[in-house]
Amino acid sequence: MYGNDFAGPEAGSDGGLLGQVEAAEAALRAAAHRGRVEGDPAALQDYFDAVIDADQKIEPRDWMPDAYRRGLVRQIAQHAHSEIIGMQPEGSWITRAPSLKRKAILLAKVQDEAGHGLYLYAAAETLGVTRAELVDMLLDGRQKYSSIFNYPTLTWADIGAIGWLVDGAAIVNQVPLCRCSYGPYARAMIRICKEESFHQRQGYEILHTLSHGTPEQHAMAQDAVDRWWYPSLAMFGPPDTDSTHSAQSMAWKIKRFSNDDLRQRFVDMCVQQAGVLGLRIPDPDLRWNSERQAHDYTAPDFDELMRVIKGDGPCNAERMAHRRRAHSDGAWVREAAAAYAAKQEEVVAV
Amino acid sequence: MTGEPLFEVFVRPRRGLSHTHVGSLHAPDAELALRNARDVYTRREEGVSIWVVPATAITASSPDEKDSFFDPAADKVYRHPTFYDVPDGAKHL
Repeated sequence: MYGNDFAGPEAGSDGGLLGQVEAAEAALRAAAHRGRVEGDPAALQDYFDAVIDADQKIEPRDWMPDAYRRGLVRQIAQHAHSEIIGMQPEGSWITRAPSLKRKAILLAKVQDEAGHGLYLYAAAETLGVTRAELVDMLLDGRQKYSSIFNYPTLTWADIGAIGWLVDGAAIVNQVPLCRCSYGPYARAMIRICKEESFHQRQGYEILHTLSHGTPEQHAMAQDAVDRWWYPSLAMFGPPDTDSTHSAQSMAWKIKRFSNDDLRQRFVDMCVQQAGVLGLRIPDPDLRWNSERQAHDYTAPDFDELMRVIKGDGPCNAERMAHRRRAHSDGAWVREAAAAYAAKQEEVVAV
Repeated sequence: MTGEPLFEVFVRPRRGLSHTHVGSLHAPDAELALRNARDVYTRREEGVSIWVVPATAITASSPDEKDSFFDPAADKVYRHPTFYDVPDGAKHL
């Protein structure tokens, strides 16, 4: 999943999201095959600019401006933390999934989130920060995770709504990151987006099944969509007029589209999908605007977004307490594994 | 969290292909690194073989000397078959 000031998917293509991920992967290879960028690597800033201009990738040991490095660490770390914290809202339903099939699927999905966190931590570490520092910064609150995970999962239908809306918004946000100028991040995002599309479809299937079930099941699905719609819209971050990191991030080809552009794309996609589900999007002012060739819609409550980011969401304290407990409960395992590794080395040395 | 060593992970996707770098991970020792690599990088049958290598065991060329280090190759165009003129009529060259 993702963090709330990230850019999203590649625009304009009417190919599916997976098609866009594959196009990004092909572009990455094509740029690499165009050969080396002209210029003198000793002229550091000029060479960095030339590589970005040529749509090639910056790699870990290349020179890069400090602000580029810092910004990427912040963004990738926040993204990684979101994957790790993001296991909690769904994890709480593993024991209560309605069938063995659903349970196995949910387990696989939550395991994927852990994997996504690891790909991203590994990408962040190539920028010179250590895993231990990143974990500490999450645990002591110096770095954030996406505010969406501070909302509770009250019913089984919430697992469906998270897959459809939260993972859907994450994909729209993340597909453009597959073209990010920093190589390790772009490669991690390609992997993640390919896996994320299973997440979105499994959620959609859950909602579709509930929506076409008993009246109570249908009502449960609608209730979940009612609660998750606006927090999902808020995942795209503050409106463009208030977004602080955007311009530089666009110039460096980290971010490719503005928050509002991505939010609009997400709304336009969801309307048709909601129709197929037989569920209503909880926005009385949602309507097609033929002049703009896009839907008009009600913006999410950005004051609420800011409150939740600052720590005052329904589950902030619970999520952090759980993460800290899991980390300290696992300490003995890490210690035992380290002791065993040290002992094995002694045996080899003797 | 202690600083467990970093391992670079290489996966052979299928028989007949080379191992390719796919990412990295931390583990207390190589054996656990291999198991973790299986869980992190091959959940969807992405590989038939995995190598894990301690990151400290890798010696890398420096990007700062990108030009000078690889320069010797740049002026030897005669190493490529396209350098040569093939006389008309010569076949199977």
